[in-house]
Amino acid sequence: MKIVVCIKQVPDTKGGVKFNPDGTLNRTAMLAIMNPDDKAGLEAALRIKDETGAEVTVVTMGIPKAEDVLREAMAMGADKAILVTDRVLGGADTWATSTTIAGALRNIDYDLIITGRQAIDGDTAQVGPQIAEHLGIPVISYAEDIKIDGDSVIVKRQYEDRYHELKAKMPCLVTALSELNVPRYMTPGGIFDAYDEKEVTVWGRDNLKDVDDSDLGLKGSPTKIAKASDKVRKGAGEKVTLDPSESVEYIMGKLKEKHVI
Amino acid sequence: MGLEEYKGVYIYAQQVDNQMSSIAYELIGKAKELAKDLNTDVTAVLLGHNVSGLVDGLAEYGADKVIVVDDPELETYRTEPYAHALASVINEYKPDIMLVGATAIGRDLGPTVSARVKTGLTADCTVLEIGDFPINPPADGSEQKHNQLLMTRPAFGGNTIATIACPDNRPQMATVRPGVMQKLDPVKGAKAEVINYNPGFEKNNKYVEIINIIKQAKSVDNIMDAKILVSGGRGVGSAENFQMLKDLAEVLGGMVSCSRAVVENGWLAQDYQVGQTGKTVRPNLYFAIGISGAIQHVAGMEESDIVIAINKDEDAPIFDVADYGIVGDLNKIVPALTAALKEELA
Amino acid sequence: MDFSLDKKHEMARNLFKEFAETEVKPLAQEVDETEEFPKGTVEKMAKAGFMGIPVPKEYGGQGCDPLTYVMCVEELSKVCATTGVIVSAHTSLCIDPIMTYGTEEQKEKYVRPLATGEKLGAFALTEPGAGTDAQGAQTKAVLDGDEWVLNGSKCFITNGKVADVYIVIAITSVTEDKRGRKKKNFSAFIVEKNSPGFSFGTKEKKMGIRGSSTYELIFEDCRIPKENLLGPEGKGFPIAMHTLDGGRIGIASQALGIAEGALDRAIEYTKERKQFGRSIAQQQNTQFKLADMAARIEAAKLLVYKAAKAKETQKVYSVEAAKAKLFAAETAMAVTTEVVQLFGGYGYIREYDVERMMRDAKITEIYEGTSEVQRMVISGALLK
Repeated sequence: MKIVVCIKQVPDTKGGVKFNPDGTLNRTAMLAIMNPDDKAGLEAALRIKDETGAEVTVVTMGIPKAEDVLREAMAMGADKAILVTDRVLGGADTWATSTTIAGALRNIDYDLIITGRQAIDGDTAQVGPQIAEHLGIPVISYAEDIKIDGDSVIVKRQYEDRYHELKAKMPCLVTALSELNVPRYMTPGGIFDAYDEKEVTVWGRDNLKDVDDSDLGLKGSPTKIAKASDKVRKGAGEKVTLDPSESVEYIMGKLKEKHVI
Repeated sequence: MGLEEYKGVYIYAQQVDNQMSSIAYELIGKAKELAKDLNTDVTAVLLGHNVSGLVDGLAEYGADKVIVVDDPELETYRTEPYAHALASVINEYKPDIMLVGATAIGRDLGPTVSARVKTGLTADCTVLEIGDFPINPPADGSEQKHNQLLMTRPAFGGNTIATIACPDNRPQMATVRPGVMQKLDPVKGAKAEVINYNPGFEKNNKYVEIINIIKQAKSVDNIMDAKILVSGGRGVGSAENFQMLKDLAEVLGGMVSCSRAVVENGWLAQDYQVGQTGKTVRPNLYFAIGISGAIQHVAGMEESDIVIAINKDEDAPIFDVADYGIVGDLNKIVPALTAALKEELA
Repeated sequence: MDFSLDKKHEMARNLFKEFAETEVKPLAQEVDETEEFPKGTVEKMAKAGFMGIPVPKEYGGQGCDPLTYVMCVEELSKVCATTGVIVSAHTSLCIDPIMTYGTEEQKEKYVRPLATGEKLGAFALTEPGAGTDAQGAQTKAVLDGDEWVLNGSKCFITNGKVADVYIVIAITSVTEDKRGRKKKNFSAFIVEKNSPGFSFGTKEKKMGIRGSSTYELIFEDCRIPKENLLGPEGKGFPIAMHTLDGGRIGIASQALGIAEGALDRAIEYTKERKQFGRSIAQQQNTQFKLADMAARIEAAKLLVYKAAKAKETQKVYSVEAAKAKLFAAETAMAVTTEVVQLFGGYGYIREYDVERMMRDAKITEIYEGTSEVQRMVISGALLK
């Protein structure tokens, strides 16, 4: 069985978002990490590997530095890694990204593709389902649990107030929630292997199969950014010193003013 | 075919168990505004089985037209038949704008449909308006398009905001965050033009089988999902005193959360911890009660829409990020506030 | 000369840091308070491969170099020195001598489960009457048929009672030199926990590293198989000394970690704490203290990493290890004392970690050779 896990390198927002003195986001001060949902997807794949001996390939699209997350994935136990990187792929929205990754995946055999539900930098949750659509395979989003059952996969699909237990025939694509599991740590020996024994395959535009130039990169992105701004950090508001009953009146007033009550 | 052939503002009217989801009405509310600017009307797309009873509700909340795809295949949400239905409606009726709720369904249906009809999709929008793209006339004399849907969304965990347009593809698609757009007041007895449409459903490899449906409230409520958080810190004093905060949270329909000190003292479980080593939350309202406001805590809550801080130390750093700060004794203020709210909301 | 870490070492450091922050730090205060051995943490470390970092893969280890191991102890000790010493004693004092002196059978039987973390290791040299002066030791081993019979006791044994495998140094003969002075000859043994006649005495109540399990070991006609002699008979003393050279690099890393952890806290705190209307980090007294500490820590780090490199490339590294341990331990003590001072009253309160760090730092100047012993080793080499 062959599993492909799509992962993305993202800036770490968990360790506290860093700001410049002017209140804008300081991206360079933040660590680049493997996107949490993707990591849960990788862990799910590695657990299937532990049970069945499946081969796990990780794929990412990004700048050359994104190789780091592929090495990390191999240090956790992934067998192979593919980095899709090319200047012409830059500035891609979810459409162009999913087109690119689908183009890469057409070159390899897979039974199951796992992606994270969404990345913490974009929060769109779109790339997974869009890859499946481009490849013409079923998608199950928001997986809380993934089980292999013969030539099918059984997934616990999360909704707001319920879950569906769904069965899809492979090949198919599943998007993983971080709630799926607690990902394993890399091992020190795994890290050494990832650098000394294993290799990252690097693919460019020419390695993408059945993809038009008009569907790639900034040019191939239907959505365009009209305006972007880093949110300016919140400053101090009012501060009052009142006796308890006046305090309550004050808060009640504010809650009404802000339509909370 | 030219983009100008695409007309009208469409919304996906999400129903679950043949009950309309609130997001459908919220989308109609927003769509009405957009349609007014574009001088067009609002169409709700209703997919399901035996759902005709939901049409009037959509009309009362403002839909001018309702396209109904009623088919046994659509009884329960599954990606493929729903995506096929919505994509077929889009291809048949060519909307200018297609809005979908950013729900667990919409965030699956939206991307699949956008990929199928080859258009852009902007996720989780919080502001939608009609305007020009590019926003300022380009200096190089290239075309500035008018009457474009400008979709604004937070990204990067709410730390950045981007406004996105989809100038060259139609429909312009967005998923919209639930609870952000305002429903209109329903007009009793309002009627919409109803169009029944069925594209035909043929099973293919993309159909998945539903083995089981389990309805459940989530096992542990997640503070990250709460709209109102009543958060306590070391100043609350004891596990017993947290009852005051729980009472306040209950009246407001919110949840209790806390700072690291509280977890370390064993007053609350770690699931409730806000901050660098805990969770990052963005509720509409955040009460910081007896929380000094160490940077590690602030990092986890400063994106809250409204922060109300109560602390007896007037120099507590929490006041630097609070919209409304009250210097005073939480033991007196909190129970009184709960009582006042009970009375107000009774 | 290149002082930067390569990518795999960088990644290994990130791993250790993440593990320490997530799994170890939240428990550090509780481990200190309750003086309970962090069994759950050790299980997690075993799963992550931390219990056999420098051990070759064919013996169940991770196949990494001493530098990787050193960074692991360092990062763990930044947040919890107890956890740091558990790994150090296990790896440097128990696995390392078996890897160095053991037979193929001994390596197969003992190193594999130790390196995977299935079993925990300890090392027993010190006795109530013999610390720095090992000749004061009393524990004896006598061969009786196919078994060695051990009698005596060992004290202050790290990982005592919780370990499964113990390296025990005992007297196997007494000879007289030309002048008629008696000389005790030692041998090293591998003793399993449930050996008959092997029991544990009292648990020590310590100033610092309070979660590490420190016990007295008692041998009363303790019988172990003949083949559990480690290395040649009579070579126990050089084996112990060589083992301690490695152990000192581990303790130097622990000390380095404690110092770095304390400095991290000081930076955080002094930026936050306001006195006279501004943060104390804005005061020059604080700034200069922080600068001095940072410079000193960097120097300690270079010595520790150099010693780790020496262990990888040299047969003998006693002096490198002694210098690293001496300087890192004294740095840890000086830095933690200074950081407590910067914290003022809060520094003296248990709720803040720096008080614990100061207590933890002290032991690094004492165990596995006091600072005085390190000075003896260094000066001995100078005046040879």
